[in-house]
Formats: sequence, structure tokens, C-alpha cells
Amino acid sequence: MAIDWFPLWLSLRVAALSTAFAIVFGLWVAYLLAFRAFRGKEVVDAMVALPLVLPPTVLGYYLLVVLGRTSPFGKFYEWITGSPLVFTWQAAVVAALFHSFPLLVKSTRAALESVDTSYARAARSLGASEWRIFTRVTVPLARRSILAAAAIAFARSLGDFGVTIMIAGNIPGRTQTLAVAIYDAVESGNGALARVMVLVISAIALLILWVANRLAPRHLFG
Amino acid sequence: MIHARLKKRFPAGPDSAEFLLDAEIRTQDAVSVLFGPSGAGKTLTLNSIAGFVRPDEGRVMVDDDILFDGATNVHLPPRARRCGYVFQNYALFPHMTLRQNLEFASQFRPTLERRRKVNEMLDLFRLADLAGRKPHELSGGQKQRCSIARALLAEPRVLLLDEPAQGLDAILRAELHDVLRNVRSSFSTPILMVTHDLEECFAVGDRMFIFHEGKVVQQGTPPEIFDKPASLTVARLLGIYNLLQADVLTLDPGRNTCSLRLGDCELAGPYLPGKFKGDRVWLCVRPEELRASPRDGKPGFNQVPAQLRGATPRPGGMRLEFDRELLADVPRSEYEQNRHNKEWIVEFPSTGLRVL
Repeated sequence: MAIDWFPLWLSLRVAALSTAFAIVFGLWVAYLLAFRAFRGKEVVDAMVALPLVLPPTVLGYYLLVVLGRTSPFGKFYEWITGSPLVFTWQAAVVAALFHSFPLLVKSTRAALESVDTSYARAARSLGASEWRIFTRVTVPLARRSILAAAAIAFARSLGDFGVTIMIAGNIPGRTQTLAVAIYDAVESGNGALARVMVLVISAIALLILWVANRLAPRHLFG
Repeated sequence: MIHARLKKRFPAGPDSAEFLLDAEIRTQDAVSVLFGPSGAGKTLTLNSIAGFVRPDEGRVMVDDDILFDGATNVHLPPRARRCGYVFQNYALFPHMTLRQNLEFASQFRPTLERRRKVNEMLDLFRLADLAGRKPHELSGGQKQRCSIARALLAEPRVLLLDEPAQGLDAILRAELHDVLRNVRSSFSTPILMVTHDLEECFAVGDRMFIFHEGKVVQQGTPPEIFDKPASLTVARLLGIYNLLQADVLTLDPGRNTCSLRLGDCELAGPYLPGKFKGDRVWLCVRPEELRASPRDGKPGFNQVPAQLRGATPRPGGMRLEFDRELLADVPRSEYEQNRHNKEWIVEFPSTGLRVL
């Protein structure tokens, strides 16, 4: 049986990119939620967590509306890059981001908040700017928890199905990720292929969870 | 000069009573000590000066700079205040080596000068051999020296220390006092420290502020305060006095004398301005000011008969506990000779009777 490994590579690439975006933006949002007082903080907190509880179809529908070719954002993206966003592998990254981002923000916020405040206070009394404190003191001290959270986010975005199929579609060789390919294989009665891919993705997920558990302090994922 | 006038109210919570900080501190001395029981507002005062806490009202000035002013809504962020702060847990960054910790504090300097300054500090605080170690590989005393060195590297206007002797044994405590005296002589940075250790106040303090329930109840040099506690509260907080209730029997301003009745005995002392005959007063006398000896006949002038209840060894001798809640210190040899004696005589000094 010749197995096309493209879906696996695509899934890994999508997960890696979405995790990278999630770390960059997630750290920032987690910082705001953990240390800054602002109006509507609880609303932001709820919005961030919303993708965790909404059905994938609802999320996918929202994204189609917001990112579609006729929407302002879709037009803008097309104007910049020359191609539409929906039904490309880049859309799969956006879809995965909606799963990795909330996980990362939640865990990172907890990790940042668990750093003893006296370190930040000491740094402040030494004249350090908030940015310097964040990059040199708080994040390094929460490093392990943040990496563990990133690993979990990576594993989660590896396996997204619902949102991906709604906004990236199921185009073999272009947007078909592993989770979608498994669905495709089962639908078309190709049980052997489905079994192999299921085992592969399970093994990868297990490995990542093991790494995350090794990284994390007990209380986060214990 | 440090001048802080602070007011901050904490409303009563489900398991805490209302707390009002209303304290004023003004000091020009090299080392000032905030002394008081826990929960008296000492650390809150320190944090208000450092900018970690925003008072409701008042003003904080160091030299000629206003760090906080409630009336004009000035509240500089901690990093703009240049107040060095040494935390109780030292707050050394655990992921950095000792040298990196010091470099963090002197980031504003050009590289070469930074290296020189950090090396200078490492030498001055006897940390040069440990520069490559992480905080968890250091002893408590070393961490503390590093923490003080780090605070000084940022060239603070004032150095704030929060209970620096907490959790240190007697040897480390003496070492800390040496370090503080060195800081005092090598740097011109005034020091403000919180403590509830009386010996520390004496060892390093030039000026002492006594806190009680959010207020400064007395201030002065440590010997001044020990000599004349301003009130019963202060005397109780210092915890080093016999506090005895007595009645004023006679007052003679002409001869500058008075007599007091303590139980069934009479004591003589100097005239007490502001007191009247029949007033009930607190007699405040330190155990080492009393002289105790085995009873031998009738008690004489300013002597009170007392029954020995127990004795505790002290570094300098024995502290004897008598009835009437009276404590007196005697040399160990004298106690050993008379340890089976129950009846004793305690002699009060006639000149130094402190009355509150």
C-alpha cells in the first residue's frame, strides 16, 4: 500500500505555524490578562476561551463570514497576497489557531501569575522597564510552563477537523490535513489507510503530551 | 532626607478589622529603623515609599524630589523612584547567576563601566568567588549580601530593607550588621529598615520609629527611647521593662522628691511633674537596673521584699522572677550562692525611676 504522507507533513506545518502565532500573540494577551487592569478584561477573557466551547461548525461559519472573499478582511488579504485566504492551507493555520490560542493563553496566564511578584517588584525597584521585566524575568521564570502549554497547543492544532474542513476544505494535496484525510479514508472505505494514519497521529499526540508533562510543573497539568 | 507622610485605609474584611495607616517619618540619619509588632504598618510604609502601594493621602519626598503627592496626584512608578529595595526573601532572580543579577541592576551603564562596577561590588561584598553561582547554590548570608549589592548598583537615593535579619541565626545577624555598617561608611545612601529585633535597632540604628497599629508612637535615637519610653504602649512594645502599678503618695517640687506606694512598700524618687497626689502611675524599670540580694533583716531604703519564683539563665547572668511580676538580673555567681533562698530583697534605683 503506497501511503501519501502529504497530509501528515501539512498537518505538522499547520500546527507548527499556528503554535508560533499563538505563542507570539498569546504571550501578549496572557500578559495583559495577568498583569494589566483594564475595562472589559473579563469579556476578553471569555472571548479567548469561547473557541473551546463553541461547536466547530459555528466557529467555521464565523470565519467564513469574516475571512470570505467578499468580506473586507478577505478582500484586504487578497489585495496584499494576490490570492484568497479561504480554501487554502493558510486557512487551515487560522483554523488551528482557534484551538491553540485559547489553550496557550489560559495556561500561560496561569504560569505568569504563578511567578512570585517579588521578582517583578525587585526588577522595578532596580529601574527596569515593564518590557525588560517581562522578557528577562517573568517569561524566563515561567519558561517551562509556557513551553508545556505550547506543546499542548501544538498537539491540539494538529488534530483540528471541524473548523479546518469548513474554511480550508478537503482538497487532496493542497488543504487536506491528517484529520481530514482520515475522515476521507473512512468515507471511501479505505480502512487500512485510516488505521495507519490514526495510529500515527495517536503516537505523535501521545509523545507530545509526554513531553508537556515532563516540562510542566505538577500543578498545571497534573 | 526622607520625608514620608502617609495615610491609607483598609476597610474591614470578612476576617480582618479595619486598618488605618497614618504615619509620618522624617529622617536625615544614615540608618533609620522602623520597629514594631507585625501588622503595625512598617512594611506598608516601606512599600509606599518604594511605590508598590499607593497611599490614599500624603506625600513622599526623598531629598528634594517628590515621589508621591496625594494632593497633586503625583505617583511615580517604582522604576522611576530609585528606591533600592531588599526583600525578605532577597528576590534574587533564580534563573540568573549572581553576576547576571548584578548586571541586571546596572544595565543603564556602558558595557565596560558595568563590568568594572559589578566587579567592584563583588569584591566589596566578598562575593567574587561566587559570581558564577545561581542563587539556590548560595547560603542565606551570601544571598543577602548579593541582594544588597544589587540594590546599591542601581544607585538608589535610599535603600529600603524589609526585615533583613528575619530567619538568620545570631552569627549571620552579626555579619549583616557589619555589612550594613560597611554600606553606611562606603556609600552615602541613607538606609531605612524594618525590624522587630530590638538588638538590631541598637546595633545599626541611628534613629528609631516605633510603630503601633498604623501610627508612629515614638521616635528618637535608640538610647533615648530606651531611656524614656513615651507611653505605656511603647514600654510594652519594647518588652524589656518591669511595668508595675504604683500610687503617688507625696510630691515635693522644692526638694525634687516624691514617694510612691508599690503594694505595701514605699519607694522614693525624683519629683514627677504633671502628676498629682493619689494618681495611679506605671513604674517602668528595666531588670538590669534593679539589684536583688537575699533578704537579711528589714528592707531598707527603696527596697522591696520579694519571693523568688524562678530563674532563667541569660547571656550576662541570671534573670530572677519574683512575685508581683518583678524581674531582676543578678550575676550568676550570686544566684548560685543563694539559689535555695526564697526570700529576697529587690532594690530600686532612687534616681532613675521612670514613671508613665
